[in-house]
Amino acid sequence: MGATPLPEHPDFLWRNPEPRASYDVVVVGAGGHGLATAYYLASNHGITNVAVLDKGWLAGGNMARNTTIIRSNYLWDESAAIYEHALKLWERLPDELDYDFLFSQRGVLNLAHTTQDVREGVRRANANRLNGVDAQWLEPDEVAKVCPILNVSPRTRYPVLGGTFQPRAGIAKHDHVAWALARRADELGVDLIQGCEVTGFLKDGDRVVGVETNRGRILAGRVGLAAAGHSSVLAQHAGIRLPVQSHPLQALVSELYEPVHPTVVMSNHVHVYVSQAHKGELVMGAGVDAYNGYGQRGSFHVIEQQMAAAVELFPIFARAHVLRTWGGIVDVTPDASPIIGTTPLENLYVNCGWGTGGFKATPAAGWTFAHTIATGEPHPLNAPFALDRFTTGALIDEHGAAAVAH
Amino acid sequence: MLLISCPWCGPRDETEYHYGGQAHVPYPENPAELTDTQWAEYVFYRDNPQGPFAERWVHSTGCRRWFNVLRDTGTYQVHASYRPGEPRPQIGGDR
Repeated sequence: MGATPLPEHPDFLWRNPEPRASYDVVVVGAGGHGLATAYYLASNHGITNVAVLDKGWLAGGNMARNTTIIRSNYLWDESAAIYEHALKLWERLPDELDYDFLFSQRGVLNLAHTTQDVREGVRRANANRLNGVDAQWLEPDEVAKVCPILNVSPRTRYPVLGGTFQPRAGIAKHDHVAWALARRADELGVDLIQGCEVTGFLKDGDRVVGVETNRGRILAGRVGLAAAGHSSVLAQHAGIRLPVQSHPLQALVSELYEPVHPTVVMSNHVHVYVSQAHKGELVMGAGVDAYNGYGQRGSFHVIEQQMAAAVELFPIFARAHVLRTWGGIVDVTPDASPIIGTTPLENLYVNCGWGTGGFKATPAAGWTFAHTIATGEPHPLNAPFALDRFTTGALIDEHGAAAVAH
Repeated sequence: MLLISCPWCGPRDETEYHYGGQAHVPYPENPAELTDTQWAEYVFYRDNPQGPFAERWVHSTGCRRWFNVLRDTGTYQVHASYRPGEPRPQIGGDR
């Protein structure tokens, strides 16, 4: 007695319905991409008889584990188009969804540490500008002005020789992005079904007509896979193969500190990317572990290498304390670009292969995947990202912009 | 950090090795006769199971020889290491 009573539990943002016997569309995976797909199926295409299934809880996979970086400074026309579309959608989604998920356009710096990095960075910034992406090349003294806590001394092991900067890039609160999309999708009539694992596919010849789950059989007019690192496992249930390999990708946060870091800094060469969350944690990502893995954890030496790089770039982080580390499972394609489109099976569509950088693309992945599922044909933005590019050879090689750092 | 046994040098830390992906993927006997689809399969498609997986590793900082490892991609347990040319070992629960 006497203790302050706990505050009222907030209203739930979505219903938790039992799965119905059939839907027009079943989306597998209630992460950001699955939720955005459901939202745009309902809002762009008027398809509301939709279920989004997740084996765990909503947005508990990579949507809970990414480092929240949003940017569109990719090299090739196809990539710049889809990622820039995503960035434009990010800019309007808080109003559209009536939910402030703290989208902060604080800019992203991609550092260059070698002469080859410099050449690639200048080329990428120029390509970006031709594509209407707000990229610029900064010399080391300009880099230091954008991010004063960065060590740009020429006497480090890998000195900063410059960097590309995209001012409209930034970060957002990943959980709130998922909740904003989930709330609106639910309002539009979409059933979000958690704890519902797809264990098989119902097929009539080469046509998919539904899914088997741990909560029973669900018939579906069309099925869309948006399961990130577990896409191969699902595809195997459906009897198809995908050209992706699943790897653990790690990240960590520090304890809370005063705001010291004004932007987002990424370095492909020394394998670290750092921002500071609104509450004050330093959020740092590493590279992937080399081996295939589904364990949602990685090797310690990867984190150790990442910390060494972070401390050399940011000497004031030397005494920062790590609060927690974690891993997620990323699905990497041979050309480091995603696969969004049709599959060899009728009425089965796939959105996967986003590798280490799917979060930034959340709205555009949903926009184009919803279009593909609704019409049976790819949107012009995702047509180049078809599965058959690995047969035709029309690859979209984004290793320079995408390989490690996201 | 994984502990992996090189068939020639014995157990060493993961950092002594480099990864080589799926094992037992032979080069096509008649590459010129493959269709585009079959060539794509050979070049770009590899198994990606959650569970036991036969994969290649090279002992880069040791004997620099390639070998195969049977490892579980879910638990990360290393079941066996074996030399190239040897068949994939059978383990309990394996298909």
